[in-house]
Amino acid sequence: MSGPAAGRNRSLAARLVLMAAGSFAFGFALVPLYDVVCEVTGIGSRERLSRAGTAEGQAPVDGRTVVVEFTASVPAGGWVFEPVAPTMEVQPGRLYETHYRARNLAGGAVTGQAVPSVAPMRAARYFVKTECFCFTPQQFAAGEEREMAVRFVVDRELPPGIDRLTLSYAFYDMGA
Amino acid sequence: MAHAGHHDDHAHGPPKGIVRWLTTTNHKDIGTMYLVFSLAMFLLGGLFAFVVRAELFQPGLQLVDPAFFNQMTTMHALVMVFGAVMPATVGLANWMIPMQIGAADMALPRMNLFSFWLLFFAFMLLLATFFVPGGAPAAGWTLYPPLVLQTGEAFPMAIFAIHLMGASSIMGAINVIVTIVNMRAPGMTLLKMPLFSWSWLITAYLLIAVMPVFAGGVTMLLTDYFFQTSFFNAAGGGDPVLYQHVFWFFGHPEVYIMILPAFGIVSEVISTFSRKPIFGYEAMVYAIASIAFLSFIVWAHHMFTVGMPLAGQLFFTLSTMLIAVPTGVKVFNWTATMWRGSISFEPPMLFSLAFLFLFTIGGFSGLMMAIVPSDFQYHDTYFIVAHFHYVLVPGAVFAIMSAVYYWLPKWTGHMYDMALAKWHFWLSAIFVNVLFFPQHFLGLAGMPRRIPDYATQFTEWNMVSSIGAFGFGLSQILFVWLIVKCVRGGERATAGVWDYQHGLEWTVPSPAPYHTFEKAPEVR
Repeated sequence: MSGPAAGRNRSLAARLVLMAAGSFAFGFALVPLYDVVCEVTGIGSRERLSRAGTAEGQAPVDGRTVVVEFTASVPAGGWVFEPVAPTMEVQPGRLYETHYRARNLAGGAVTGQAVPSVAPMRAARYFVKTECFCFTPQQFAAGEEREMAVRFVVDRELPPGIDRLTLSYAFYDMGA
Repeated sequence: MAHAGHHDDHAHGPPKGIVRWLTTTNHKDIGTMYLVFSLAMFLLGGLFAFVVRAELFQPGLQLVDPAFFNQMTTMHALVMVFGAVMPATVGLANWMIPMQIGAADMALPRMNLFSFWLLFFAFMLLLATFFVPGGAPAAGWTLYPPLVLQTGEAFPMAIFAIHLMGASSIMGAINVIVTIVNMRAPGMTLLKMPLFSWSWLITAYLLIAVMPVFAGGVTMLLTDYFFQTSFFNAAGGGDPVLYQHVFWFFGHPEVYIMILPAFGIVSEVISTFSRKPIFGYEAMVYAIASIAFLSFIVWAHHMFTVGMPLAGQLFFTLSTMLIAVPTGVKVFNWTATMWRGSISFEPPMLFSLAFLFLFTIGGFSGLMMAIVPSDFQYHDTYFIVAHFHYVLVPGAVFAIMSAVYYWLPKWTGHMYDMALAKWHFWLSAIFVNVLFFPQHFLGLAGMPRRIPDYATQFTEWNMVSSIGAFGFGLSQILFVWLIVKCVRGGERATAGVWDYQHGLEWTVPSPAPYHTFEKAPEVR
């Protein structure tokens, strides 16, 4: 094969290599894109779930209550971690406070991080935390046990079909 | 510089001995190496499956410990997908595409050789993981975090092996596209191209679009493992579900990468042995293109159970079911090709007919799983195992065997032992159903996949399935023996080989000379 044909092959191959590079970049673009899609579809982005909201403009709705369930998990072990109260009956629009209890089972000081999630997914954006131990890493001395607060309000705009929602925390070890 | 590409061996044959295979840039030699490699991997992957089925022959833990069992299922899948099926279709592409379009060789012959050796070393690296502390990867071929992050010293080796395999298949794909776009003989318009070449052109674009996404996904795993990034680490603000999206964005097109060349093969074989041109040629081309396009928008049907909004469930259910339309076009066109054809049942035709029936069974169980509520029951059970093995074994693998039986006389210049080939077909076709059909029942009854032990009510069908597996595996010895016999000798094959055929590959003598179409043929 001589000059012009080889040249054409090389330039087409170069364009295809560019296309492959573009696909590689697209793979990484999926990471922020995933957050955007979660936000748009109402699943609630990880970032929004771990950010403080405000109770301003909320006022209790008369005659409506919903049940909030609290659950906890420790995927990697190393902790005792549980809600102080398993459920609460709350009025949308009113601010509440509850606690989770954690005990460090490790022999030394460690830092824990709680990662929240809310079910059902379409309720996630209506569950507003004004203060939460999940907003910051939590330091524990060896064997230390303490209760940590979360203050929340269920938005009064919560769709009528939902009468029960679950707040769940997974507690992870972030090392010393 | 203009002469740098010239080889002085144009007029004569290849160098003798091992040097030929290390240095060759000839598309036929490289095709042969790919095919031999994939046959070896097929047998090795089969050996891993043999261990799995032997352990599952009865409940309880008999032969291997659970950790090794998981290594077997994982390595079986990785070896079969990336080592057997994909390289086999690349080997067929190397051999047949230049001959089908009237080109002298692949467009980028040295890159062609490089991609073969990359693949070879990738697999040496992957298989070496059996000998490092912690053993081979055992988290399943999907490599889901956080489980895969518990892999021992094999982890970086497996990731790097996947990078090399990916690079190899991307280079192979680039080569196919450049060859088909630039090297067709004068008069060989795109819509005159045989369907095998067409299916590969589209497959190659799929490869370039999704292999790099997988490479990116496993790179994120690597940085999560070694550099404390948190792409998939929930404690650091990441999300393991994100990996599943990235993986299946690659993974769904990947299954079409394995099956589209099979569609091309079956189209050619059914036409030849029905002695009629393929029915609805252009519809076949458009159907392949539509399937390829749809493959990009259905990925989340692999992960309905992670939870997604209703709108997402509906979208992925409906887009998945839409794939049945172009696939139906293909199945009906194959059937219509046979309608009033003068059909004969040579081994390639037998394998293609079995493909037609059995692949369609796999397609139907796929439709069942497209429906979200039923998928919740089928997810991660033996039903899904039955489904994807139906589309991959009597689907892709039977099509590849059909291709081997179709073109083997062209490659070797000898006719093979027809009686032995029919034995191989009937044993394979019967045992493959004994092997995989009962797995539908097991899955519907609730047996989970990827477990070395199971509840006793699943015993009978597991025994049947294992007997099928042993029978299917042993039948492949006939295949190897037949190929060896055919390479060594046999009745001379004519240029045309079969009674009815069209396509440029049948105009050159059998065996195909080392260099074909150095002067471009005339295409009417």
